[in-house]
Amino acid sequence: MGTRDCKHICDESSPAIGEAGKTGEWRSLMPVIHHNKCIPAKQKRQSCFLCWLYCPDAIIKKTIPIQINLEYCKGCGICVQVCPAKAITMA
Amino acid sequence: MKVTAVNLTETEYVLPGNRTCPGCALALAYRHILKALDGQVIVTVPASCLTVLHGMYPITSVNVPCVNTPFASTGASATGLVAGLRATGKKGITVLAMAGDGGTHDIGIQSLSGAAERQEDFIYICYDNEGYMNTGNQRSGSTPLGAITGTTPILGKRQNPKDIAAIMEAHCLPYIATANASYPLDLYEKVRKAKGVKGTRFIHVFAPCAPGWQFAYSDTIKIGQLAVETGLVVLYEIEDGIFHLTSASKSLARKGNLKPVREYLAEQGRFKNITKEQISQLQDWVNARWRCYLERATS
Amino acid sequence: MPKTRRVSASLTKKANKANIRLLDGNQAAAEGAKLSRVQVIAAYPITPQTPVTEELSEFAERGDLKAEYVAVESEHSAMAVCTSASMVGARTFTATSAHGLAYMHEMLHWAAGARLPVVLACVNRAIGAPWNVLNDQQDSISQRDTGWIQIYARNNQEILDSIIQAYKIAESVYVPVMVCFDGYVLSHTEMPVNVPSQEDVDRFLPPYKPHTVLDPANPKNYNLVTLADPRANAEGILCHGYMELRYLLQEALQNSTETIIKVGQEFGESFGRNYANMFWKDNLDDADIVIVAMGSLAMEAKVTVGMLREDGLKVGVLGLRVFRPFPKAALVKALEKARLIVVFDKNISYGSEGATCSEIKSALYGSQIKAAVRNFIVGLGGRDIKARELADAVKKSLPSLKTSTLNTEHPEWICYI
Repeated sequence: MGTRDCKHICDESSPAIGEAGKTGEWRSLMPVIHHNKCIPAKQKRQSCFLCWLYCPDAIIKKTIPIQINLEYCKGCGICVQVCPAKAITMA
Repeated sequence: MKVTAVNLTETEYVLPGNRTCPGCALALAYRHILKALDGQVIVTVPASCLTVLHGMYPITSVNVPCVNTPFASTGASATGLVAGLRATGKKGITVLAMAGDGGTHDIGIQSLSGAAERQEDFIYICYDNEGYMNTGNQRSGSTPLGAITGTTPILGKRQNPKDIAAIMEAHCLPYIATANASYPLDLYEKVRKAKGVKGTRFIHVFAPCAPGWQFAYSDTIKIGQLAVETGLVVLYEIEDGIFHLTSASKSLARKGNLKPVREYLAEQGRFKNITKEQISQLQDWVNARWRCYLERATS
Repeated sequence: MPKTRRVSASLTKKANKANIRLLDGNQAAAEGAKLSRVQVIAAYPITPQTPVTEELSEFAERGDLKAEYVAVESEHSAMAVCTSASMVGARTFTATSAHGLAYMHEMLHWAAGARLPVVLACVNRAIGAPWNVLNDQQDSISQRDTGWIQIYARNNQEILDSIIQAYKIAESVYVPVMVCFDGYVLSHTEMPVNVPSQEDVDRFLPPYKPHTVLDPANPKNYNLVTLADPRANAEGILCHGYMELRYLLQEALQNSTETIIKVGQEFGESFGRNYANMFWKDNLDDADIVIVAMGSLAMEAKVTVGMLREDGLKVGVLGLRVFRPFPKAALVKALEKARLIVVFDKNISYGSEGATCSEIKSALYGSQIKAAVRNFIVGLGGRDIKARELADAVKKSLPSLKTSTLNTEHPEWICYI
């Protein structure tokens, strides 16, 4: 099967999630949020969200409760470090 | 209204599942830079870690138009985009040149200096991970004293880095700032401010690199903050020649002393061979520089 | 010696009606770019190209040409400005020589691989070491592998005409085009040039339609890292590997011959000067001795032909116009009757021979033509080469007509060593 069907004459790339594959497979530990400690969950309103702010891979959603996309989370653990309520642990 | 994690837009221009290392400060910085520009940009990027973040043909990890360009040519590529947009009557798009320290301090300095001298209308952001990280960590013009890299493997770097923001200041630019991935809201506000300025705008972003500097991925933010707390990185803005400190550096100037540099050096494997003499040299250098900044801030 | 005569008043009037002006090669190049309504110009001065940059900046500042003139700080940056401006849809132009062309070598590869229709005027000059600002063709010949279409002009009319055609060709096939002309010999020599009207050029040359889209509403990322093997996109369609993309560039160059000739034909119909060829043929019909030359040397060679025919030799000139893509098939057809081919090269691929000579030999391989090929390296670093010297070289080569040796191992040089 040839490649002419793509109709490109030069290197033109289109945006998509998961360019490097399912990067969740890279990690050895995963972040777990304890919603009894998490500030937005406890206060039931938009607040804090520092984990979302500091996540290099934009895999956290500013929802209540906060959602982490484990398919793409690389397990860096930054969210654990920045959480002021110590509501996240690596497991 | 001051930007916070709560009111900052949820629109993401950097997509998950990209090729950056876990805990990459560049990825974090880029997220917020593009948010600050509302994605209304054309980015031009030389060979660098950012090229890797952007992905591999035919898939890219960013939701903004981008032009890749050879290593030495970022400033010229941005110039071409600006000229082309003007010549074809397209308005409302910011041209963003984004290069690493290699593409800015070293191989790319000529085209950057030329573009700045011509006052070309774009934003140039240098994300500084203090080495040629894309090729596996070799020394660059911004690598600090004493750091072990692939090309300073035993003796560590024997010179202090270039002060690229000071070099750019000599070009009479309307807006220059230093920023840090560990202070994303400060970075966001600076990019936002730069957006509204005409001419060449330069922002130098400190971007700690876990594999290159040898610290745990989870410590990226901590290392970036320590750099500011020890005075090795100073956060400031120069708007039309007027200097002022910002964010954590501003707080530090008002109250408190700098932490000793050895606290910063001790956290990173790249400084494992640094000598007592070099640490003392470094401390003197940091202290002298901090004094200058304090003077500038108060004058 | 022809009798000099005064140009009659009616002839002068006719010339002015046709807008014939005395232009040197650099002015002709600048006029060509201006008439082509280039939108972004980025150039760095270098002898002998400098007047091109000055003319164009004057056109831009006076408002005669609505273009962004960028006074870049180097030639590498000049080409980077042109490639990026071309990506957002602007028609771009640059000019350079020798070291400047060498300095932008990386970017020449980039422009071709990115399939951008940049047009560059190369004012041919020698490259150091040692320093030399005078003419030879080593500079553009050294870039023959980059994927650019290369056209050589024999005189100032051809310079102007080739630049206009270059845009039509480049923007049809999406391959950058280099128009080369000899430094000083053409660049600084005034000749009568018929300058077409802007209206006529506008009719001939349509606006540039880029294949690239740089729009935040439809984001694309251009010229990212590409793997060795094909890779599927997010929709599952198999996309090119590096090799396939480069295959397409070669394919475009191979197919561009058709476009080059078509554009040359159209130019002839619009302006009365026909360029529907890949090389100029002078006195070739009955020639068994063929001189091959490129650029202004091809005009000199015509004088040589006159001299040699007086001595009873059936000599003709094949003035190579398009060096890339190299017109192998057409050449073989034109050289059917040739038994001695004398190739004059103002360049040399050190360690081997003149570049044109190698190309000619490669074209002949496998054909029925049994011609001796002799290569002379001439005119390097601005060394004057006279028609008489070309004639002597041809006469020197005559024994090859009789011997069984078809080629010599090394090229011969016309110099004082």
